[in-house]
Amino acid sequence: MTKVGWEEQNRSLMPAPSDGHGPAVSGIVLASAIPVTRGIASTSEVRLSIFPKEFFVKSIFIRSAAALAVAAAFALPATTLLAATPKDTLVVTWAIDDIITMDPAESFEISAGEVMGNSYDRLLRYDVNDPSKLVPDIAKSWAVSPDDKTYTFEIKPGLKFASGNPLTAEDVAYSLQRAVILDKTPAFILTQFGFTKENVKDKIRAVDGKSLVLLIDKPYAPTFVLNCLTANVASIVDKKLVQANEKNGDWGYGWLKTNYAGSGPMKVREWRANEIIALERNDNYWGTQSKLRRVIYRHVKEAATQRLMLEKGDVDIARNLTPQDLDALAKNKNIKTTSTPKGTVWYFSLNQKHPILSKPEVREAFKWLVDYDAIGATMIKNIGVVHQNFLPVGLLGASTDKPYKLDVNKAKALLAKAGHPNGFKITIDMRTSQPVQGMTEAFQQTLKRAGIELEILPGDGKQTLTKYRARQHDIYIGQWGADYWDPHTNADTFARNPSNADDAKSKPLAWRNAWDIPEMTKKADAAVLERDANKRKAMYLELQADHRKNSPFVMIGQMIETAAIRNDVKGFKIGPTSDATYMFKVSK
Amino acid sequence: MNFLGVILLTYLGLLAVTFFIGRVMPIDPVLAIVGDRAPEHVVQRVREELGLNKPLYTQFGIYLKKVAQGDFGTSVLTSNPVMTDIKRTFPATIELATLGIIIGAGLGIPLGVWAAVRRGGMVDQIVRVMGLIGYSVPIFWLGLMGLVLFYAKLDWVAGPGRIDVAYEYSVTLETGFLLLDTARQGQWDAFRNVLSHLILPASLLGYFSLAYISRMTRSFMLSELAQEYVIAARAKGLSETRIIWRHALRNAMVPLVTVVALSYAGLLEGSVLTETVFAWPGLGLYITNSLQNADMNAVLGGTIVVGSIFIGLNLLSDLLYKLLDPRTRTR
Repeated sequence: MTKVGWEEQNRSLMPAPSDGHGPAVSGIVLASAIPVTRGIASTSEVRLSIFPKEFFVKSIFIRSAAALAVAAAFALPATTLLAATPKDTLVVTWAIDDIITMDPAESFEISAGEVMGNSYDRLLRYDVNDPSKLVPDIAKSWAVSPDDKTYTFEIKPGLKFASGNPLTAEDVAYSLQRAVILDKTPAFILTQFGFTKENVKDKIRAVDGKSLVLLIDKPYAPTFVLNCLTANVASIVDKKLVQANEKNGDWGYGWLKTNYAGSGPMKVREWRANEIIALERNDNYWGTQSKLRRVIYRHVKEAATQRLMLEKGDVDIARNLTPQDLDALAKNKNIKTTSTPKGTVWYFSLNQKHPILSKPEVREAFKWLVDYDAIGATMIKNIGVVHQNFLPVGLLGASTDKPYKLDVNKAKALLAKAGHPNGFKITIDMRTSQPVQGMTEAFQQTLKRAGIELEILPGDGKQTLTKYRARQHDIYIGQWGADYWDPHTNADTFARNPSNADDAKSKPLAWRNAWDIPEMTKKADAAVLERDANKRKAMYLELQADHRKNSPFVMIGQMIETAAIRNDVKGFKIGPTSDATYMFKVSK
Repeated sequence: MNFLGVILLTYLGLLAVTFFIGRVMPIDPVLAIVGDRAPEHVVQRVREELGLNKPLYTQFGIYLKKVAQGDFGTSVLTSNPVMTDIKRTFPATIELATLGIIIGAGLGIPLGVWAAVRRGGMVDQIVRVMGLIGYSVPIFWLGLMGLVLFYAKLDWVAGPGRIDVAYEYSVTLETGFLLLDTARQGQWDAFRNVLSHLILPASLLGYFSLAYISRMTRSFMLSELAQEYVIAARAKGLSETRIIWRHALRNAMVPLVTVVALSYAGLLEGSVLTETVFAWPGLGLYITNSLQNADMNAVLGGTIVVGSIFIGLNLLSDLLYKLLDPRTRTR
């Protein structure tokens, strides 16, 4: 033992065992015995757990690692290596782990929406260049009766499904009836017109294979009804094919969850959950054929990884980049970006069950305590803009008024008036993802300036949502996307609360924050029946003004979806809703 | 017989604990199925369909009954039977973990032996530093750095994912092990591509197990080299190589087998962060994602698999013990 490492030196400081050996020998015994016991101790530390150790690491670490990696990428000399994707195939990296079904009667997730928009036809669509206009899809024309309660659609002749089966009004009636009878999450978009399991076969009918008749229960604004029919849930499925796969009267639900029965420009070849979606050109499509033979969505959750793959040329489009990634990519000559304002808004909401938060002055004070400019310039740069109304820009009647800015003194005065001159303590439930995390932390800082101490309770998305839905939060930071392209979608949730009871039948966002608004609910109900588009618009403007001033919702911003794409990709445009991002118009 | 009972009890305990944790988690499992927008009546209907309004023990009983019939239920996230999902994701993890452990043990054991023999020397210091880095550097950071360097800049390896899109539909999935499938179909271009995708994440996992295995080997070897039989062997005039490799290492192998087996088991659970960074559709990501959505059928199915890995590898290391250590052989 001439050379002794630190371990052994440490050991020799320990008392010699009293087993009768001399000190020199005991040194050896110790040095040799201890590592073995350490070894056993360490092996027993291997946990018999289903939670991998890394599970507990917060995603924030990934972000900082990503930033470091990116910094390193620029420190290294750039190479001009290119691994191009096949010419007729478009490869997109996107977080597609939200998808749980391929059945348009059930599908309601963002990335699934895009797949549906490309692979299923519907009666009509909205014009992506001007969402206030409607364009025919498989309907040749349509008419609304004078009493606004009967809609007649004439179907284009000679259409075929991808399967080769002919597409007739029978299929359209079947598809809409099927969505109503299955009654999955998005079915409310149709059932709000009075369709029920019992009456739908009478209310939605095919007439001589060429036209479709819809009978609705109230004289709703025709724009509202037609807008709802552009939604995914109104997609047309192949009656013959679905019926052939029906089991125990399930309307083919078990089968269509993972299969395809549509007529759109692309057909779904495969969906492997959390891995890949492959779309292929539908050669039976009635309209302009897709230029691409194949579109592959690859599930990549990590933004830094998406960026690497895009820069390398292994993918053509990256969909989930961070504001920092997008900033950095601006310097890359091979890559361009495209963005579109989405129907999604971010907000803080104050639970009205809370004695302090329910005071009108406190509600208003919070609106003066957000540093909108800083949030717009940093956290949501490239991916959003400051917006202070519940209707996102692009929807009929959306207001762009922005009366609020950071004004601590004004907020303090309001708090003093409410009896809280020195502020108070309050909690916020926040899911640990960006930009929500950044916005919450900024909010915490500005609230502190008015003496309000905000404790952040971080959690996983589903966890915070579970709490929010049970009305157990103080403050919540939320994100809400339009369900269909009509102002009623957001008015329905932000400005309607038919019953504030705990066991209410309908639980919109206003309910989740226990905001009891019988008057505003009536106004929102009236707006949806207004036939005159201009009057309807004025009604929504009035609703938003009232909401801005009095609601417990602190509206922060509207999402802009930005994608980074390689230069050789042409014709890619993100739609205002996820089902209007048309891959079949892309070429390269 | 007795042994079988123990295994059954282990599974039962594993399922019970996971099941009840899953049900007391503050996540509503209905939310994953119907989403945030579903009308209240849809939420209630799905809750009833899932049997979530029944008492916990009834729910558990129903689940056990189904499992006994070989039905592990359907994942609500993927709409597939849980076993189908596991058959799809587990091969991806096994492929990665196996290559990882080959690298880890293949390099870690010789390095550990070397470090023990030259204790305090250059190699010992290097192994120590490598071990420290392996313990302290977050794996996702190293993964991203590896991608930036070897994939983006040097172009030595293929990027994230298991295979290039160009090969995606030219290979027929038979076993789910892409190396095996491509080799069996004679698609050597695809085989090289798969290997190229595999090598970086596998090296990364290999490095982390190497760090642990080499430290352990070193400790075991140090203890063996200090034994009296080594002194005796030296006195007899045996060559140092023979003493180290034939006598000392053979004895050190016994505890080492457990270390390697448990490292392998750890890798087979799936490394969530490695799988995230490398967009690797493996078991770890599958279980984590299911857990975050309270998709309990999938989590329970995954638990059974992970439990089986540990039980299986424990059995295997017991068998190896008997092979390596004559004293443990029963007559």
